[in-house]
Amino acid sequence: MKKGGHWWAWLTFFLGMGYFIIPLVATFEFSMRMKRGEYSFEAYRVVFASSQFQQTFTYSVVAAIFTIILGVLIVVPTAYWVRLRMPYLRPIIEFITLLPLVIPAIVIVFGYIRMYGTNSWLPFLGTTTGTNILLVIGYAVLALPYMYRAVDTGLRTIDVKTLTEAAQIMGAGWATIIGRVILPNVLIAVLSGAFLTFAIVLGEFTMASLLNRPAFGPYMQNLGANRAYEPAALAIIAFLLTWGCMTAIQFLARYAPKSANRPN
Amino acid sequence: MTDTTANVSAPAAGNRSVRLPTQWIGVAPFFIFAVLFLVLPTMYLIVGAFQTPDGSFTLDNVFKLFQEDNIRASYWISIKISFWSALLGALAGFAIALAIVRGGLPDWVRSSTMTFSGVASNFAGVPLAFAFLATLGRLGLVTIILRDVFGFNLYATSFNLLSSWGLIAVYLYFQIPLMIVIITPALDGIKKEWGEAAATLGATNAQYWRMVVIPVLWPSFLGTLVLLFANAFGAIATAYAFTGSSLNIVPISLYAQIRGDVLGDPNLGYALAFGMIFITGVANIFYIWFRTRSERWLK
Repeated sequence: MKKGGHWWAWLTFFLGMGYFIIPLVATFEFSMRMKRGEYSFEAYRVVFASSQFQQTFTYSVVAAIFTIILGVLIVVPTAYWVRLRMPYLRPIIEFITLLPLVIPAIVIVFGYIRMYGTNSWLPFLGTTTGTNILLVIGYAVLALPYMYRAVDTGLRTIDVKTLTEAAQIMGAGWATIIGRVILPNVLIAVLSGAFLTFAIVLGEFTMASLLNRPAFGPYMQNLGANRAYEPAALAIIAFLLTWGCMTAIQFLARYAPKSANRPN
Repeated sequence: MTDTTANVSAPAAGNRSVRLPTQWIGVAPFFIFAVLFLVLPTMYLIVGAFQTPDGSFTLDNVFKLFQEDNIRASYWISIKISFWSALLGALAGFAIALAIVRGGLPDWVRSSTMTFSGVASNFAGVPLAFAFLATLGRLGLVTIILRDVFGFNLYATSFNLLSSWGLIAVYLYFQIPLMIVIITPALDGIKKEWGEAAATLGATNAQYWRMVVIPVLWPSFLGTLVLLFANAFGAIATAYAFTGSSLNIVPISLYAQIRGDVLGDPNLGYALAFGMIFITGVANIFYIWFRTRSERWLK
């Protein structure tokens, strides 16, 4: 192997880099052009000052937080219990958690709209609160594959059985065991799943739009149809947010137990 | 938590021979959640696809997917876009992965490529569409540089960003990184000893690639290819923000159908959704099959 790398490797790398960097640079440049004849952050100022931006962004952040809580509540006890008592269920659970990658989000939300309408047995869509809850549930379904894999990887690195027995000897109930023994031990794994969930939920368009919720994704889409420079600014903001979430995951992976497979 | 009651009630029952399967209570919330919000809604659409409006069984809706020109065209365009974005993404991603694993490039190239790929593979949806519109639109930086510096007016040619090929170019922005993220570990799995063993047996570099590396990597490559296909097939946000509803692909047709029953036939709408599940489902079956094959050599 040559020192400094083969020429074809550099060529491939730079071609790839061009394809990935040019749109970012061009988008950034475009987003600065709002004022005629000079570069300015005017588009960013307009976006941040818009009450719609603030409202929809807050809505999506809150939805993401609830999604993470719901995801943790469903995934952590299940993954723990399956490891402890019912390892034979693992293939089935893993299969189910991978289904959201197979069934497109638009199909899942289509099912919700038809199943949970105003006149159904579980009329989620009858009220605003119900629709909000259904949206969070839908997001939790979308996040299920990532959340489950992250938590299961975290559980692999700890001795679930010994920890449980030790806690039981000291008189802990199941809620205490999961909440105060297992969860802290897999916290890094849970957090990396949480950041990925956050990144997915924040810009999600399909579900929020079809359930008519004022989320960040539909707001961006709507802005894109009507304005010129603000969408470019939003694209840069969204890219930085995604970058932030992924950096957080990498940062967390450094602190994860060494025997663990790195989540993602 | 339901688990607490399980713990209390089991010893209280006293008689261990007729112990109830209380351990199921621990996984009950998960299964209830999955059935209510994943399995049943999907089944509802699948069943609806095989029903007439009055509820009797029929295959007409599924046949109509092939008969009605508009629907058939939308499936065809979707498959075409997904296929080409998957194939080109897989090839380009493989080339880049090969460059960073085998090209003898410095370490920072590899680590920064992997980090960036993690970000870009998740940078999809509405903002991605904006980025390409700002880049290659009529006033985009690339368009302007081509015009002013190279004297090449992109929009005087038959170039149309808001087309199938434009969308494929956009999709590559998350397909290539996804390929890099998935295939790099597989490339790492090619052991140095295999190359040495082949060389000892007198194989040339070309023979080593043809008879060792490619057969070992082939299932991983094909597996990721179908994964990328399914990934593009189900995506809607990018396409919708990019072209509005002007591009007739399946997810956008389905979106319009959910919004306002544009087909005028709810059951045909279910069939449209069923067709999507069917195609992504078949793709994933292939993916699982390829993955079990690749695990024979790569772990």
